[in-house]
Amino acid sequence: MKPAFLSELRAALPAHALLVEAEALRPYECDGLSAYRQVPLAVCLPDSLEQARAVLRACKTHGVPVVARGAGTGLSGGALPLADGVILSLARFNRILEIDPANRLARVQPGVRNLAISEAAAPHGLYYAPDPSSQIACSIGGNVAENSGGVHCLKYGLTVHNVLAVKMLTLDGELIELGLAALDSPGYDLLALMNGSEGLLGVVVEVTVKLLVKPERAQVVLAAFASVEAAGAAVADIIAAGILPAGLEMMDNLSISAAEDFVHAGYPTDAAAILLCELDGANAEVSEQIMAVREVLLKAGASEVRTAADEAQRLKFWAGRKGAFPAVGRISPDYYCMDGTIPRKHLAFVLRRIAELSEQYGLRVANVFHAGDGNLHPLILFDANQPGELKKAEDFGTDILTLCVEVGGTVTGEHGVGVEKLDATCSQFAPAELAQFHAVKAAFDPDGLLNPGKAVPTLHRCAELGRMHVSGGQLPFPELPRF
Amino acid sequence: MDKQAELLDRVRQAAAAGTPLCIRGGGGKTFYGRHCEGEPLEVSGHRGIVSYEPSELVVTARAGTPLAEIETALADNGQLFPFEPPHFGPAATLGGMVAAGLSGPRRPWGGSVRDAVLGVKLLNGKGEVLRFGGQVMKNVAGYDLSRLMAGALGTLGVLLEVSVKVLPRPAEERTRAFELDAGAAAARQIEWGRLPLSLSGTLYDGERLYVRLCGSAQGVAAGLESLGGEEVSDGPWREAREQTLPFFQGEAPLWRISLPAAAPALNLPGASLTEWGGALRWLRTDLPAELVRQRAAALGGHATLFRGHDGRGEVFQPLAPALRVLHMQVKRALDPLGLFNPGRMYAGL
Repeated sequence: MKPAFLSELRAALPAHALLVEAEALRPYECDGLSAYRQVPLAVCLPDSLEQARAVLRACKTHGVPVVARGAGTGLSGGALPLADGVILSLARFNRILEIDPANRLARVQPGVRNLAISEAAAPHGLYYAPDPSSQIACSIGGNVAENSGGVHCLKYGLTVHNVLAVKMLTLDGELIELGLAALDSPGYDLLALMNGSEGLLGVVVEVTVKLLVKPERAQVVLAAFASVEAAGAAVADIIAAGILPAGLEMMDNLSISAAEDFVHAGYPTDAAAILLCELDGANAEVSEQIMAVREVLLKAGASEVRTAADEAQRLKFWAGRKGAFPAVGRISPDYYCMDGTIPRKHLAFVLRRIAELSEQYGLRVANVFHAGDGNLHPLILFDANQPGELKKAEDFGTDILTLCVEVGGTVTGEHGVGVEKLDATCSQFAPAELAQFHAVKAAFDPDGLLNPGKAVPTLHRCAELGRMHVSGGQLPFPELPRF
Repeated sequence: MDKQAELLDRVRQAAAAGTPLCIRGGGGKTFYGRHCEGEPLEVSGHRGIVSYEPSELVVTARAGTPLAEIETALADNGQLFPFEPPHFGPAATLGGMVAAGLSGPRRPWGGSVRDAVLGVKLLNGKGEVLRFGGQVMKNVAGYDLSRLMAGALGTLGVLLEVSVKVLPRPAEERTRAFELDAGAAAARQIEWGRLPLSLSGTLYDGERLYVRLCGSAQGVAAGLESLGGEEVSDGPWREAREQTLPFFQGEAPLWRISLPAAAPALNLPGASLTEWGGALRWLRTDLPAELVRQRAAALGGHATLFRGHDGRGEVFQPLAPALRVLHMQVKRALDPLGLFNPGRMYAGL
């Protein structure tokens, strides 16, 4: 590290807020995607705007790349350090600045945990809707960077739908406010652009989120099916019946068994697939919708339809679903979590192809699916200690993502591209589209020092890879309609 | 009717000649925003629904498709655009809806146009046809350039195709009214906002506060019971959305003031009408723009000179200097030659 750069950081930060020793840097070498590891030059832990600004300005002056980091729970390597860069941790920006019940909003610093917002709002009968399964640990700043989802997206939207405003720092240290506590703001919707931009456009230092009134009642219905096709068709039937569930999740047989062994949720382990359908709202409305959903599910051929007998059982039904990842972790030394989204109508086809690929690669797959919004999480089971298996799992994963694009979907629904899906992203966008992304990046960050190399692959990388993007009429499945 | 090739030609010619273009759909919203100086580029011929499968909750159509045609197709399948877009004339198009980014009475509860945009196909200023987003609800690959188009007034590109999320039409929709003074109406709206009611519209005209509930039959019935008030068979929702209420007639400048819902009264001279649970306030006033904007900013919002201007002065609240610079850079990234709708949003943008 250049001595001049180091002394500038030392001048900007108190001693405890600057880590440079190998041992202290180690915990920052990866985020939630631990297959990729890299120790950074230094870690900065500012606790004020002035300190954060000074770090960014030092990075600009010395041409040092900077990777912003929240709680480090991301699943695509978005917060993976760069060997010649610093980590700008927002962990100490951890204050809830304001809960405004009359305007139903919360103003918080980016290091505040997702769940902490709902906890602080609870005394007012309010909550923050997006609930990624890591919500006890993940930070709201990270949620904005990834445009995080959760199991309630179909009805309540993603992070982008629930953030009213952000304050961000540019690499120059300029503070820019996007959005307002009102429902819109003048000019371009740069707030939408910031959501999901993976730390490449600016460093978020404050977030204002929308709070919702807690529904009077939530109830969940569990349905078992003899085939995943039938379960998939039932999802379409629920939507066609004009019902908008708060959550609509599907699990296949391997996930059901793994979750049941782990959580004892009372799942039918002989079912090929189960659906969990949550309804929320006013008491009378929920009662009415449960009856309607039960009828649709039975008509769709469910072998069993159960309504949670009480709140404890409702939570138990969800515990199985929310514990699906660790449950799969118990039956395999390692697993690789995928995150493609597809138009729901292609579910049966996609699951069939995944099963074929599973045979071909000789690796098992457990499928967990946000069925309401088409977001698939196939978990590829493998053993990293077996030579070549990680590579095999990654290739299998890339095939699944390419398949998602082929049927008109996307390589990432909610986990982000990070470093993990750079190659897969080549299959989704044409060179001119990638070039447009790079031009937008340059509009925000002309120096190209904010989390460089993540989220958007270079044209060169895609060309080297030889992977053509697959949209636009020259596809392997010409019979499938697509955007 | 697919006119993509012709539009692409026009844009390439304009780029070669350096001729600015004024993008035009149905032409009903030309009053909105500033005057555009350039050759007209008609998009309304590029029309037709490309795909609509109700169970996917998505409709994809060419930008020139009449909004009425799409809304009819949705209604035939028991669905709707939850943001209730205003048409402002019979010829309104999908592209105009997205470019204007305006939403109707249900917006605070049903989301905005921008919230529902899932993907676009657009022509950028280099004459390239690009696709962003898609037809699925969860999609975080690449930057969200499709939502950026909502409300950009056509200054960043020519929309060719848009995919929009749709929702089931609520089984039941009912309106109640209350005679209240302004203070009591404001307090009532804040109170309702804290209750688990399925609201889908509020409107206060200075005398009466209207409220609309939507949802399942039993849910709405339970909500109405707790609300009280006087049953109104046909609420003023359509007239508010299309600005055909008497309040919107006449020549006095019309301001659209967007505020935090519980912000105090504007206390500016002129007639006013309040929607969106308090978050949208319309004002008819001859006050200098400066004063209206200052008051809106002081209350945490912004003011747009919606109607009653000549399109030469600033219409939208001026941007902070650093934010304006960022706008210029984003504009250049998509439209480096400044071809599209120059000056429509801000002078010099």
